[in-house]
Amino acid sequence: MRFVEEAGRIMILFVQTLGWIFRPPMQGREILKQMEEVGVRSFPVVIITAAFTGMVLALQSFTGFKRFNAESMVGTVVALSITRELGPVLTGLMVSGRVGSAMAAELGTMRVTEQIDALYTLATNPIKYLIVPRFLAAMIMLPILVIFADVIGMLGGYLVSVQILGTNPTLYIRRTWDFLEFSDLYSGLLKAVCFGMIVATISCYQGFSTQGGAEGVGRATTKAVVISSLTILISNYFITVILF
Amino acid sequence: MERDSTIKIRVVNLHKSFKANHVLRGVHLEVEPGESMVVIGGSGSGKTVLIKCIIGLIRPDEGQIYVDGLEITSLNEQKMNEVRKKFGMLFQGGALFDSMRIWENVGFGLRQQNRLNEEEVKRIASEKLRLVGLKNIEDLMPAELSGGMKKRVSLARAIAMEPEILLYDEPTTGIDPIMADAINSLIVQMREKLNVTSIAITHDMKSAYKIADRIAMLFQGKIIEVGTTEEIKNSPNPIVQQFIQGKSEGPVTQL
Repeated sequence: MRFVEEAGRIMILFVQTLGWIFRPPMQGREILKQMEEVGVRSFPVVIITAAFTGMVLALQSFTGFKRFNAESMVGTVVALSITRELGPVLTGLMVSGRVGSAMAAELGTMRVTEQIDALYTLATNPIKYLIVPRFLAAMIMLPILVIFADVIGMLGGYLVSVQILGTNPTLYIRRTWDFLEFSDLYSGLLKAVCFGMIVATISCYQGFSTQGGAEGVGRATTKAVVISSLTILISNYFITVILF
Repeated sequence: MERDSTIKIRVVNLHKSFKANHVLRGVHLEVEPGESMVVIGGSGSGKTVLIKCIIGLIRPDEGQIYVDGLEITSLNEQKMNEVRKKFGMLFQGGALFDSMRIWENVGFGLRQQNRLNEEEVKRIASEKLRLVGLKNIEDLMPAELSGGMKKRVSLARAIAMEPEILLYDEPTTGIDPIMADAINSLIVQMREKLNVTSIAITHDMKSAYKIADRIAMLFQGKIIEVGTTEEIKNSPNPIVQQFIQGKSEGPVTQL
């Protein structure tokens, strides 16, 4: 029952956020600040995740494919797995851990120290001022991070295949290009946009509904990461079902 | 009665519950223009809930609040936002935005309106800070200030938009007696210099006597007595007497 209520409240906040996006004044300064926080600062984490995922993917699929003499297909498998699935999902999870927790903690602290009430008294709507910039930043920066993750992930797979497993580099690249379709890329980016909205909405909701001092902020932070990670994984399945 | 212009704020039969906890049980209160009203009451008596209802941060379950004759409890968020421009509020802990510099805090409301350039906002912020007795702290962050200074900055922020009504939530709680007295003097000055109507809530009687034109006592969710400082001091009501004298034994503790 509490779960349904909370899901409903998150949906209401999502709709309110959408409504506030187009109402003036635009919070340009805040949006840029959040884009730096969500995008630029998450860059190293995402890059390392993607590189090692691509590398291990090449190793594992090589082992498997060797058993039926299909080693040459490693490039295809790495490219498809990264662009369609692992790029957006792993980036989403890393961002929910890094950025979702920060959003919930910051907004939660603002709630318990009455800073959110203070915004109202200064005739500023907190959804407009605090949530919309975070929402837009996550929605815009997550796909950009995923593009980098895709490139780095494939590069990791290539390096392992060519340098360690001795695959012919020309063949590897051809196998990657021949089977990679544009839809693989944009379906991944579409997922990233959804994950950005999920992380921002859930984390901001947890921050806004924080109660009870420092302990409450801790609880909100944990909930933000756990719920947004689970929602990413669950919605990932359904988005995949709809898209393919 | 709805358009009675001689009353700045009128609270009628206000009720508010949080789950099973019935905090406000029919509050009536009238504040005249330019008056300094102090609401006293014990911790948890609902004082904060009352002023948060007046500025529209909490929606009451029942009852009406009139600000300049306009009923505000039924307003939508957008219209309420317009009414809030008449208000300034000093929060208990200051509630400064800790990611912003002091001048950005004070100038926040001005900056949001987007009518002035940065230079002018900063100039007005410095001016308001001087008004509360602070100089050369414009570029500091809130974390670098003491509790008393934070309250002063918060007061500067509250008056930056030149409000008609100031609300003070426990203005002297949590700061040393000398700083508390300085804050009290500032509150008196604000009324004299800016001609604002104010409502302060406190349980600090020394502060109440210093800043109040009239004092109202909130007890068990109702205003049980309203009067000038002298009238309250001489109140025959034993509950009021116990509270203002700060005795641990009496009718309040027996209930």
